[in-house]
Amino acid sequence: MAIELKMPALSPTMEEGTLAKWLKQEGDEITAGDIIAEIETDKATMEFEAVDEGTLGKILVPEGTENVAVGTVIAMLAGEGEDVSDIAVETPATDDKPGEGKDVGREPSEAEITKPAKKSGVKDPEIPHGTNMATVTVREALRDAMAEEMRRDERVFVMGEEVAQYQGAYKVTQGLLDEFGPKRVIDTPITEYGFAGIGTGAAMGGLRPVVEFMTFNFAMQAIDHIINSAAKTNYMSGGQMRCPVVFRGPNAAASRVGAQHSQNYGPWYASVPGLIVIAPYDASDAKGLLKAAIRCEDPVVFLENELVYGRSFELPELDDHVLPIGKARIMREGTDVTIVAYSIAVGLALEAAEELAGKGIEAEVIDLRTLRPLDKETVLESLKKTNRLVIAEEGWPTCSIASEIVAICMEEGFDHLDAPVTRVCNEDVPLPYAANLEKLALIDTPKIVKAAKKVCYRD
Amino acid sequence: MAKPSKNKTPQSPAENPEFALHSLQEEFEKAKRYDASPEQLRQFYEQMLLIRRFEERAGQLYGLGLIGGFCHLYIGQEAVAIGLQSALDGDKDSVITGYRDHGHMLAYGIDPKLIMAELTGREAGISKGKGGSMHMFSTEHKFYGGHGIVGAQVALGGGLALAHQYNDDGGLCLAYFGDGAANQGQVYETFNMASLWKLPIVFVVENNQYAMGTAVGRSSAETEFYRRGTAFRIPGMKVNGMDVLEVRQAAEIAFKHVREGRGPVLMECETYRYRGHSMSDPAKYRTREEVQDMKDHKDPIEGLKKILMEQGNTEDELKAIDKDIRKVVSEAADFAENSPEPEPSELYTDVLVEEY
Repeated sequence: MAIELKMPALSPTMEEGTLAKWLKQEGDEITAGDIIAEIETDKATMEFEAVDEGTLGKILVPEGTENVAVGTVIAMLAGEGEDVSDIAVETPATDDKPGEGKDVGREPSEAEITKPAKKSGVKDPEIPHGTNMATVTVREALRDAMAEEMRRDERVFVMGEEVAQYQGAYKVTQGLLDEFGPKRVIDTPITEYGFAGIGTGAAMGGLRPVVEFMTFNFAMQAIDHIINSAAKTNYMSGGQMRCPVVFRGPNAAASRVGAQHSQNYGPWYASVPGLIVIAPYDASDAKGLLKAAIRCEDPVVFLENELVYGRSFELPELDDHVLPIGKARIMREGTDVTIVAYSIAVGLALEAAEELAGKGIEAEVIDLRTLRPLDKETVLESLKKTNRLVIAEEGWPTCSIASEIVAICMEEGFDHLDAPVTRVCNEDVPLPYAANLEKLALIDTPKIVKAAKKVCYRD
Repeated sequence: MAKPSKNKTPQSPAENPEFALHSLQEEFEKAKRYDASPEQLRQFYEQMLLIRRFEERAGQLYGLGLIGGFCHLYIGQEAVAIGLQSALDGDKDSVITGYRDHGHMLAYGIDPKLIMAELTGREAGISKGKGGSMHMFSTEHKFYGGHGIVGAQVALGGGLALAHQYNDDGGLCLAYFGDGAANQGQVYETFNMASLWKLPIVFVVENNQYAMGTAVGRSSAETEFYRRGTAFRIPGMKVNGMDVLEVRQAAEIAFKHVREGRGPVLMECETYRYRGHSMSDPAKYRTREEVQDMKDHKDPIEGLKKILMEQGNTEDELKAIDKDIRKVVSEAADFAENSPEPEPSELYTDVLVEEY
């Protein structure tokens, strides 16, 4: 019986990859443990090892093929006594079975949180009219932002776990070591408290460190330096000692990685005076705001989202694309209800707005982009227009950014409210692992649609 | 199943397996006391005495309610800061310490008025009254604080050392911490990276025998703190921190090693704090006799005074120094007491550097 060799899922969020190289050819004998191929994922180049023995039959996906979906049959393996030439080649099929990292076991409509969002119709006002647009992923945009700032300023360097030789745990720092060398792209041991302190101290000493946390979940070990050392020093020193450091990395839920690896720290850091907190959604904001963060004289917490790293967006082709910190962006204009969101929830909010438009409700979608300082003027201006407001946040509801927006609307927008401001957040539980429970716990488009209809009294 | 490919083996930190971790101590043992000139001896004496009198006065002001919150006095430990900082290259080197920081600032020759005014929370204070006793800085002198979280300054010092190395400015960082902080995990995280990257840093444990109210033997499995770098291949030095000349000599050896690009040094200075941990210390953890014995037999200022007398300085000359210092300290105290508090408008300044 011939065995199908399928495109493996090599990371929790991998949906497709590039078949970089075949290391075995048709007709080669294979024993378990042999490396058959090299597969490039969104994170790294991995070796694909054989688990079965036999003869490599037909290669169905030639090397160099990009975007091979996880589960696709890439080759056939003939078992003992089988003739390679007899192996019937079936049409390559995608494996629908649950597996590591995909939107497994969910209906397409359920997999809201990991689904790429549609493009927004409204241009960022910061970008000059007529600028050429390129399509890039958020991952590339972040990398380019760091590379550009490193070229511009010798003081800028990157440090963190696996940022150099490994090319980044999520490939965000890919290529930086080659261009800038080990002095400026520094692999650290797994020692968050220590290297966050060293990065902070280097900023105090006049450098411009970009400290990458593999995820912000691990930054909890380092939060003392982020808050007590970085955020407070300028104030405590009467303005004498600056700390221009950027702490960056993926934040919030990824996919099926469980409670300890799935938490949104936006509200935590946004509560701390002395910090700048940025949480971009698309590639343009990721690049423009990371460049601004690196140039900023204040300590910045820059919250990325792993699920958005691979998404492509339009990015203006500008020599120096820097965006203002502390300014929200109207992603879609509308008159009936305002949906305020940030990070991955912006995509969901835009989808919700499309769906609402089909029901005759025109939603205005605001991407906060910066969580501290919060652009409350943009939020209140929109509220003045729509008189109804929903906050979509991929994070816990209690003491959240959503709670903060509610407070702002109560204190400063009360007269404009025609309905209670409503939060759409994750469920108030540690994130479960099981696919169905995880889906229940996270926000999705239908929840936002429902809340928007409710504040419009249309449910 | 799958594993990352093509990773190069990282360079080993232990490039020289023959390197003897006790080599600096051996060199130190050959001649423990710094051969100071008469002028240097006099200067050490004046500087230590300034710290002593300043701190005594700070204690009084605290008692009068002019200084609030926490106030950690350096009385008894003066030889450590003076011995080490007198050996620094002031143009290049940086210093960072914990919250017992008054002495380290005075060792730089920073105006005692600015320091005392910070202790009383006045606008003229070195941090505009917004830092307080534990949070004082002087970037002009490359003194980076003044940190209230026990052990945090060790990792931050690692960063300052990284900046020296990155800028190739020839400077080193002197990072002080106490025997209490020596049990914090981040200290060892920093030891590891400092040794791995050969950072120009001298780690100084000011072992004053008590972490707040807990004697070293009750909190530390290894009370010979200078040995604690062994696991990271950091050479250790054990120094009598009550003798300014020994501290200075140890500094010469340690700084030379670091400036040669050979990585960090861990120096333990055995010292003693005469006063409480902070101002509200019940002092139930040690006897009066123990403290008195230290004052009578180990006092760093009395020890140096003896040398100065042997060298021909008269009692009257030394009294005159003391009188001058008392005057400086009194002026600082008056200044600190009579300076205005910060304007209410200062509440919202310096939170961020830029406007957004």
